[in-house]
Amino acid sequence: MLGILKIAYKLLVNDRAKFAALLIGITFAVSLMMQMTSLFAGVLSRASATVYNTGASIWVMDPAVQTVANAIPMPDYVLDQVRSLPGVKYAVPLYSGIGLVKLKDGAYQAANVIGLDDSTLFGRPSLLQGNIQDIFAENGFFVVRDAEYSKLESPGVGMEFELNDHHARIVGIAHVASAGLFGIPTLYTTYNRARQYLPSTRFTTAYILVEPKGAGDIDAIEARVHEMGYLALTKDQFTAKISDFYMYQTGLGINLLLMTVISFIVGLSISGQTFYTFIIENIDKFGALKAIGAKGGELIAMILFQATFTALTGFGLGLGICALIIWLAHLRLPDYAAIITFGNIGLALGMVVIIAAVSSYVGVRKVLHIEPFDIFRS
Amino acid sequence: MPKVAIRAVDLTKKFGEGEAIALAVRGVSFEAYFGEILLVVGPSGSGKTTMLSMISGILRPNAGKVEIEGTDIWTLSADRLAEFRLKRLGFVFQDYHLFPRLTTAENVAVPLILQRRDWQDALAEARRDLEIVGLGSRSELPPVKLSGGEQQRVAIARAIVGRPDILVLDEPTASLDGDTGRSIVKFIRDEILNQSRCIIIITHDARILEFGDRLMEMADGRLTEIKAIGAGRAHERIANAVATPA
Repeated sequence: MLGILKIAYKLLVNDRAKFAALLIGITFAVSLMMQMTSLFAGVLSRASATVYNTGASIWVMDPAVQTVANAIPMPDYVLDQVRSLPGVKYAVPLYSGIGLVKLKDGAYQAANVIGLDDSTLFGRPSLLQGNIQDIFAENGFFVVRDAEYSKLESPGVGMEFELNDHHARIVGIAHVASAGLFGIPTLYTTYNRARQYLPSTRFTTAYILVEPKGAGDIDAIEARVHEMGYLALTKDQFTAKISDFYMYQTGLGINLLLMTVISFIVGLSISGQTFYTFIIENIDKFGALKAIGAKGGELIAMILFQATFTALTGFGLGLGICALIIWLAHLRLPDYAAIITFGNIGLALGMVVIIAAVSSYVGVRKVLHIEPFDIFRS
Repeated sequence: MPKVAIRAVDLTKKFGEGEAIALAVRGVSFEAYFGEILLVVGPSGSGKTTMLSMISGILRPNAGKVEIEGTDIWTLSADRLAEFRLKRLGFVFQDYHLFPRLTTAENVAVPLILQRRDWQDALAEARRDLEIVGLGSRSELPPVKLSGGEQQRVAIARAIVGRPDILVLDEPTASLDGDTGRSIVKFIRDEILNQSRCIIIITHDARILEFGDRLMEMADGRLTEIKAIGAGRAHERIANAVATPA
């Protein structure tokens, strides 16, 4: 069978014009599909950045919260109630809000301010410079060195600035796993200082971060929090909720879905049409093979191999081009939100397999129906 | 008596349905023998190609049977019949139907590769057969770089590479000039034909009749005459023995 597949391979790749057209079609489709889905994955990942970076097992919040950025503050007593629930090992408050940093030229730059529990500093970032206890120093803030860091004029340790007209000082430079979605820098401080610096409503607890005693306690904690009128979600559930919001309640999901489907249809059209033409142009050759003694199964294997080889080569090229584009974009725009996930790759591969299957089906039907007698008659 | 290679019994083939039905072959019976070249002639539409397709196992007759060395080929399954064609029959198509994307040697090796022979062994054997047809030095060229006569020789090499005992050639000289056509058929006569091989050639070319042992004439789907030709040739004994109209 290897020899038969080798014939199929040579018939395919030695027809350079057709093979190139097939590859271009699939590569283009894969690249577009990958680009769209990577962009979406990047946006979703950035949208959940605080959830990933904080690392809490359970998040307690107002049920109306849709994304981590639009927290709805809860009364302080909720924290005490949660702490008293059976199965809770500990629970700490988290502050999340937006403040305005005054730059040297007098302009203002919005910054995301995260207030960590004063006692435990639970959810703190890892430090590149400075000491963790310095966060308790007067007016102390950590700045996150990410793609947005330069928007605060790349401050060093010891730099002083104004935040919401309060005096503030950088006491450490931090690193987090994931940058935020909205393109603004991030500052960390203590929970109480954050409350002092940022104007707030009557209630100030954005989220309560909970660590259960064991994994078996999670369901019970979620149920009890629900009875209290609030929502408790695990880290994965919260990121899924955020993803659902962007996917179904904004235009983002449907737009990206449309682009992905259009890419798929374009790829399918180009590849299907070109493969069909390839088969039609070689139909007499397949007929001759059939007359010589090739079995139906062998002809099917040849066509499947040709379609699969083309599809996988195009898939690899498309994936490579997408990765290259993202890499180039990152060079220019460090906060460019696009990541290639295994899910994206799987989706694109699945679509390419469908393209290959449809193209093969058309080819196989044509070849199986060719009568060697027609070759004689020609 | 010479050994029967092919026995066709009352072969009938019709195309179309109802009013549009056309009888392409009407009850043709004949035998072809090992060691002979049987030429099939007749005007266009006389049913030559249809008859040849039925005895080659690529067009199922509506009635009658085809026995090759005692095997009724139309009782075989599709895959068995394909295997039978692959091992017992060699085809030379009118338009050669060579693969332009393969080299000449690879083209010739196709039947061996379909027989699951090792790629390199098949190529080596193909090159040997290209030597036989005088194209040893052209084995790595694509067929489009060869002349019409050379392509015909490649098609012949492909037909004989699996050492089939029956060769079927459809208008082998149709696309060739007179001298080249004659030289091709002479080559078949001198180099390819042997006592364990039967060769059937459909032709319109009167210039190659001298290379046949028997001549079978068809008209309107019927076998009108089958007679010995090429008197004084080495295969005369066959002609004499079997020159009886079916």
